[in-house]
Amino acid sequence: MNFTSTFRLALRALARNKMRSALTMLGIIIGVGAVIAVVSIGQGAQYMVQQGIQAMGTNVVFVAAGSGRPGGIRVGYGGVKTLTIDDMKAILREIPLIKEAAPSVSSRRQVIYGNQNWSTSVTGTTPNFFEIRNWSIQAGSVFSDEEVDLAANVCVIGTTVARNLFLDENPVGKTMRIGNLPFRVDGVLESKGQNVIGQDQDDAIYAPYTTVQRKISGITWVQFINASAISPVASVAAVNPITSLLRERHRIRPGDDDDFFVRTQSEVANLMNQTQSVMTLLLGGIASVSLLVGGIGIMNIMLVSVTERTREIGVRMAVGATKRDVQRQFLVEAVTLSMMGGAIGIFFGLVGSALISNFLSWPTLVSIKAIVTAAIFSAAVGIFFGYYPARKAAQLDPIEALRYE
Amino acid sequence: MEAQITPAMELNQPVATGKPVIRLENVHKTYDLGEIQVQALRGISLEVRQGEFVAVMGPSGSGKSTVMNILGCLDRPTRGHYYLDGVDVSGMSKTELARIRNRKLGFVFQQFNLLSRTSALENVELPTVYAGIGPEERTKRAMESLTRVGLADRAGHHPSQLSGGQQQRVAIARGLVNRPAILLADEPTGNLDSRTSVEIMQILQNLNDEQGLTIVLVTHEHDIAQFAKRTLEFRDGKLRRDTVVGDRLIARDVLDTLPTAEQQAAEDAEDIARQEKLAGGDAEP
Repeated sequence: MNFTSTFRLALRALARNKMRSALTMLGIIIGVGAVIAVVSIGQGAQYMVQQGIQAMGTNVVFVAAGSGRPGGIRVGYGGVKTLTIDDMKAILREIPLIKEAAPSVSSRRQVIYGNQNWSTSVTGTTPNFFEIRNWSIQAGSVFSDEEVDLAANVCVIGTTVARNLFLDENPVGKTMRIGNLPFRVDGVLESKGQNVIGQDQDDAIYAPYTTVQRKISGITWVQFINASAISPVASVAAVNPITSLLRERHRIRPGDDDDFFVRTQSEVANLMNQTQSVMTLLLGGIASVSLLVGGIGIMNIMLVSVTERTREIGVRMAVGATKRDVQRQFLVEAVTLSMMGGAIGIFFGLVGSALISNFLSWPTLVSIKAIVTAAIFSAAVGIFFGYYPARKAAQLDPIEALRYE
Repeated sequence: MEAQITPAMELNQPVATGKPVIRLENVHKTYDLGEIQVQALRGISLEVRQGEFVAVMGPSGSGKSTVMNILGCLDRPTRGHYYLDGVDVSGMSKTELARIRNRKLGFVFQQFNLLSRTSALENVELPTVYAGIGPEERTKRAMESLTRVGLADRAGHHPSQLSGGQQQRVAIARGLVNRPAILLADEPTGNLDSRTSVEIMQILQNLNDEQGLTIVLVTHEHDIAQFAKRTLEFRDGKLRRDTVVGDRLIARDVLDTLPTAEQQAAEDAEDIARQEKLAGGDAEP
């Protein structure tokens, strides 16, 4: 008996008891449907988090001026004066994993426009800083590299500063004062909200680092180097080369502490991966429990079916069905049940997640992997839970089976 | 070789002279029920030749069912040999036996044993499915088979839409579809009224006469056995009598003497009317 005939036979047998077949499938339908829906919600949420982290720049490598004890006096982070713009240029030149870099020097200053004033951080950097940080301009433009070379009095401001200083006015093109110096506002940054530790990232002013170094802070070093690696993996791989390069440049003797810190987003990435695996485990647990329940339902019904159809089995055996034929017939029936349940479950899962994203505005992301896994699992459940009843059917003695009332 | 089977030869004088399709040699069947052992068959030797129509008779417990199961390759002898169509099947595996049943044997049961909610045609097709015959050839053969039992016009009907006689004819068609060497009929008329029983016997007789089909029939009714050409009587697990049916009944002739279904109905109606009249007469003061 070939497979097509067996499959058609299974469909007919299931169609004979539509209500029963539907109820049996329900276990699998609910299990698979729930998994598909929950996974797409989970994936949606994860995608959002990923987007958030990407907004911070996944490839970013921070180099911060560290603590040290120049002349025996310990200073805090960013206090040492050894990290310079030449270090940054050296990193860019010597370490191919690093694609871009921007310095930053900040200090807190009082800023004034008209009759408003506001205290905020003024950070000196280069125009590519905004690319590295994935930060776009909402209005106007970023200052240029020429303006950096010229140490021009230009800046871009965050939305918090814009709101507090300019109220309803459009800040672009206006001149404000930082301390006593007049600065032209070139652009307003897109709002970025709070960072992971709750600081308002929009409460900031960015100006050419040359301007901040010379005219505002009066220093020659930088506090941070924001570097961007070619990939998230490269950002981790770049930590060691940067460290050795800077130690060499700063002439730090072996055994002495670094006077700088190198940080990447890998900690965040690790955390994310952990969350993801816990999530996957949890969903896998839910899925296996519901599929187990569904599978037991299938086994139960198949056992009933074998008993009910004892005579049919007897007849089939009498006219030439081998044990294998009978076993295959019932196994295919069980697998058809579970796979149909799986298919319907996938359908309902997709509809469910579409409804959730439409009506609750939760982001959902349908995962092909989840669908394929669900399909494979439902087939596996059919085989696993269909095996015993099918074997029972195949073991029947035709004489007994024919006599069965 | 010939000498070994002479006991059987002595017992029976084969009516037909075709080649032997069934040969049992000293067949024993013992059922092991734990503490006791039941000897269902104690040394059966017999031969059935092609074209014979044999009725197997005997009371319950005589071993006739056991012999039927062995002839039908549903069971294997504990001892002895069974040659079916020249092949020793007594040592075959269950899978091999299933194949033999499929190719060489046709079954007709007392309970008809048709698959419910399945059309007559598909019921008849069933053995061809397990024979691995293609769908077109299956349908063709099944239709031929149904035509032979006069039910070609009922091919699409489900068993529940057919009378008992018609169901049994579908079952016979199913038994014929793989062109078996033997048709085994186990009490085929046990669930049918007299006229329908004779109709079924007519079909069997026709198949035997016209196609030379070998038929083995189990029955406990003497008048049904009279339609066969030879009777084998079993008792206590042994073959007691092997006789040629002397005044064989011909189903066609018997049918002429029986009232038709309409006549029967009319008769029944008259009976009922008469009884009612009697009852009514009693009721009147």
